[in-house]
Amino acid sequence: MASIHNAVLDLKRLDLLANGNSSIHRLDARAKVLVTLIFTICVVSNDRYELTALFPFFIFPVAMISLANLPPLFIMKKIALLCPFVVAVGIFNPVFDRVIILQLGSIGISGGWISFASIMARSTLTVGAAFILVASTGFTAVCQALEGLGMPKVFAVQLLFLYRYIFVLTEESGRASRARELRSCGKKGQGIHSFGSLVGHLLLRTWQRAERIHMAMLARGFTGAFHASRQSRFGIPEIRFVLAWSALFIFLRFQNASQLLGSLVTGLFP
Amino acid sequence: MTTPVLELHEVSFTYPGGVTALDGFSAGITRGRRTAVLGRNGSGKTTLFSLLNGLKRPQKGVIKLNGEPLRYDRQGLLKLRQAVGMVFQDPDSQLFSACIYEDISFGPLNLGLPEAEIRNRVDKALTQMKLTDVANRPTHALSFGQKKRACIAGVLAMQPHVLILDEPFAGLDPVMAKEFMVVLDQLHQDGTSLIIATHDLDLAYAWADDVIILQDGHLLTQGKASEQLVLPSVHNELGAAPLVAELGRVLALTGTDVYGNGYHPRTGTELVQALIHQSRQEIDP
Ligand SMILES: Nc1ncnc2c1ncn2[C@@H]1O[C@H](COP(=O)(O)OP(=O)(O)OP(=O)(O)O)[C@@H](O)[C@H]1O
Ligand SMILES: [Mg+2]
Repeated sequence: MASIHNAVLDLKRLDLLANGNSSIHRLDARAKVLVTLIFTICVVSNDRYELTALFPFFIFPVAMISLANLPPLFIMKKIALLCPFVVAVGIFNPVFDRVIILQLGSIGISGGWISFASIMARSTLTVGAAFILVASTGFTAVCQALEGLGMPKVFAVQLLFLYRYIFVLTEESGRASRARELRSCGKKGQGIHSFGSLVGHLLLRTWQRAERIHMAMLARGFTGAFHASRQSRFGIPEIRFVLAWSALFIFLRFQNASQLLGSLVTGLFP
Repeated sequence: MTTPVLELHEVSFTYPGGVTALDGFSAGITRGRRTAVLGRNGSGKTTLFSLLNGLKRPQKGVIKLNGEPLRYDRQGLLKLRQAVGMVFQDPDSQLFSACIYEDISFGPLNLGLPEAEIRNRVDKALTQMKLTDVANRPTHALSFGQKKRACIAGVLAMQPHVLILDEPFAGLDPVMAKEFMVVLDQLHQDGTSLIIATHDLDLAYAWADDVIILQDGHLLTQGKASEQLVLPSVHNELGAAPLVAELGRVLALTGTDVYGNGYHPRTGTELVQALIHQSRQEIDP
């Protein structure tokens, strides 16, 4: 549990990065949310056997990380954290899909492996883009932007509460498991029984604490709407940002840039 | 007589589980004064505070702010929370933002203040609570006392007329407690009505103008701190007496009346001064 705890503390660090002051940070949140959405759609909608066409899309996360001054290693580690889940989802592709569709010398590569790699690439891209969005915008502002872009307010606020609840849950679970460890005298586990009651207890405690946090929010004038501390408007820089990136994404989606480049090179040097 | 800033008439509150935390409770808070609320664990202090801030609604009775019954609609509650600020007992249930700066600006943002005003207020609150150095630190990477101060700053930034604090001194080191006392005195001078719950009788005796003493959800007694905290019935209920009051009583039994000339020592230092004053008078009357 301690490792989950640390992972979430890192998530808070993601939120802290949003206090930065780069040109990307200063952009209106709606512009960044919009671009990230278009990016995600363009990446996800690629064919399942598509791999080379995905590579040029990496330009977006790379550019954003450098423009927003985000720590690249930290973001990569966050993405790597999700790898086991993605592998679990994609690992059956090579098992079921054994048709060889690519011949590299004497080694035949099955469609399963290609689609597996494609899933990995797509999730790295989209998850990375989401992390970068939060790190350069802040979760509150993202939710607000979603609301501004037409998501019902109830959902936006729910999303924010869910996000906060994750923190509460892990902090409480960290505490509970520490208390248990301290009194378990070095014995590793105390069986499923104690674990069951721990989980039940944990739910009650987090629920209670979430309730108290909600009270404290009400006491400070919370009326169901979140206000971002950065006030901005959708101006010329935002329009430019959205247009330029979405034009690129749409081009990359319908033109396989790697192939284009490849045929150009082979065309020049036959 | 001016109207009390907050008053409760026959207020009863029962928790969903069936525990009646307050039962036919009536009391008044005088404007601009320092009120200490005392009572044993579970006597209903925290419940009382949540009622005053509109977080809970009494099943019976009326609560009035400036002579007007509380309104529980959205607008009424927002006004109430602007007027009556509340700092909770447990700092961990109050800080929910990534960093302190963001957390303190939460209240002013909800009040819909302009950006520059919010920045001013947050900076002022940070300075008041000596948090400027840790303003951008993540909230989870703070000591208990720092978290506690951050909670107080979050409410100060809303600039309420009435400030309610549940055990504000618990967990602060003596230096911080003293400095916070100075902040409270400043607020008091600016006209803020202060209400604190505490288990520290000496502090209540030294600091408070008025006291409200609870006993199992009922009002045991209410009045001037100097008059109420010397009553044997109060000592019985709370299980202790303020040290200075005890000393004064014992001295009076031995023939030294420190309460002469209407002077009322409230702290150890004041008591010593009163004693010195008296012995001088005995030497040359
Ligand atoms: N959420 C709750 N649900 C049910 N009963 C509660 C709840 N909170 C408090 N109570 C009960 O209400 C009574 C008054 O509690 P309250 O928290 O107001 O006491 P308190 O004077 O603040 O105590 P302390 O000095 O320990 O902080 C207690 O008997 C308590 O058990
Ligand atoms: Mg309490």
